[in-house]
Amino acid sequence: MHQTFDEALGINLLHANQEGADHNRAHFDEWDITCLNIMSSPGAGKTALLEKTLAALSPELNIAVIEGDMTTELDADRLRQYGVPVIAINTGRSCHLDARMVAGGIHQLKHQHNPANFDLVLVENVGNLVCPAEFEVGEHGKVALLSVTEGEDKPLKYPVMFREADVLLITKTDLAPYLDVDLNQIVANARQINPQVKIIPVSAKTGEGLAVWFDWIRAAVGKTSPQLVSSAEGA
Amino acid sequence: MHETDMTKALIITVRDWWASQPERPEVSKIHLIVGQFTCVEPASLQFAFEVQTRGTFLAGAELVIQETPLIAFCQACASEYRPEIGLHYACPSCHAPMDDIRSGRELKIDRIEYGKTPCIKPLTKP
Repeated sequence: MHQTFDEALGINLLHANQEGADHNRAHFDEWDITCLNIMSSPGAGKTALLEKTLAALSPELNIAVIEGDMTTELDADRLRQYGVPVIAINTGRSCHLDARMVAGGIHQLKHQHNPANFDLVLVENVGNLVCPAEFEVGEHGKVALLSVTEGEDKPLKYPVMFREADVLLITKTDLAPYLDVDLNQIVANARQINPQVKIIPVSAKTGEGLAVWFDWIRAAVGKTSPQLVSSAEGA
Repeated sequence: MHETDMTKALIITVRDWWASQPERPEVSKIHLIVGQFTCVEPASLQFAFEVQTRGTFLAGAELVIQETPLIAFCQACASEYRPEIGLHYACPSCHAPMDDIRSGRELKIDRIEYGKTPCIKPLTKP
């Protein structure tokens, strides 16, 4: 005789990752570090944005970068030129960073430096608009980039990423005059999904909008709870 | 293929539960709840589950995925609506943006069905 039994579990599928992310965030909080998770499709300009950000803010803030590069150290090498610690996490063929990988990065940072000296950790995620949205790494804020060349419809097609973002940087605005792209439509599409998101159009090439982005970071740094990062949007 | 990672997480969670059961029961079904407003593709999850459970304690177990629709609540209209994923998310009546999500973000191992064959252990030989 075979009887069937049933057991209710009610456990989140990403429970283990969430625990890891909370653990990472507890470390950041202990060291008074603000952590931002930077996400976009490949080629949207994450590394170029980081280059400009490090150049402008590293004189006033102590910044470290955790770089999720699929197989190479190309991006990490670009960023090391700015004299900040860059921890490269080789993600292999993984399509996103997860909490465990970032924990490895935090460990390296802790061994090589005094983590309490840092104000800001920028995590450059793997270029992908899908999975990174579901895997928290311990960040206080999520930054999404969308370049004008990708088209207005991307927030509608990859809604989870744009829903989760605290800030949306519309990048490569210098190219907009050469494209049939409507910036207002990108903004409207993103707002449909996420009315609270702070939207900043930027160009790493001309410098347009970067001052607004830097001010957003300044306001976010030192305010390590997610709520406070969100409230920095008004700044 | 992040479904591979999610399946790994799923198997580890179920294995922990299974190992805590004194009789190590045979798992027949695992019920998942997957919201339509997540980055998870049920077909990929099914495929990854089948491949990753081969030759394990979960070989032959069925993965039952219940999808939940995206349902938003419009404050202005004080009513629920179903956004069209990929096309339109704002309230169809007043066009207010999608703010309050009531359903569709679930990603949960809901319950496990397992069989308990009465223990007919061979008597230890004297």
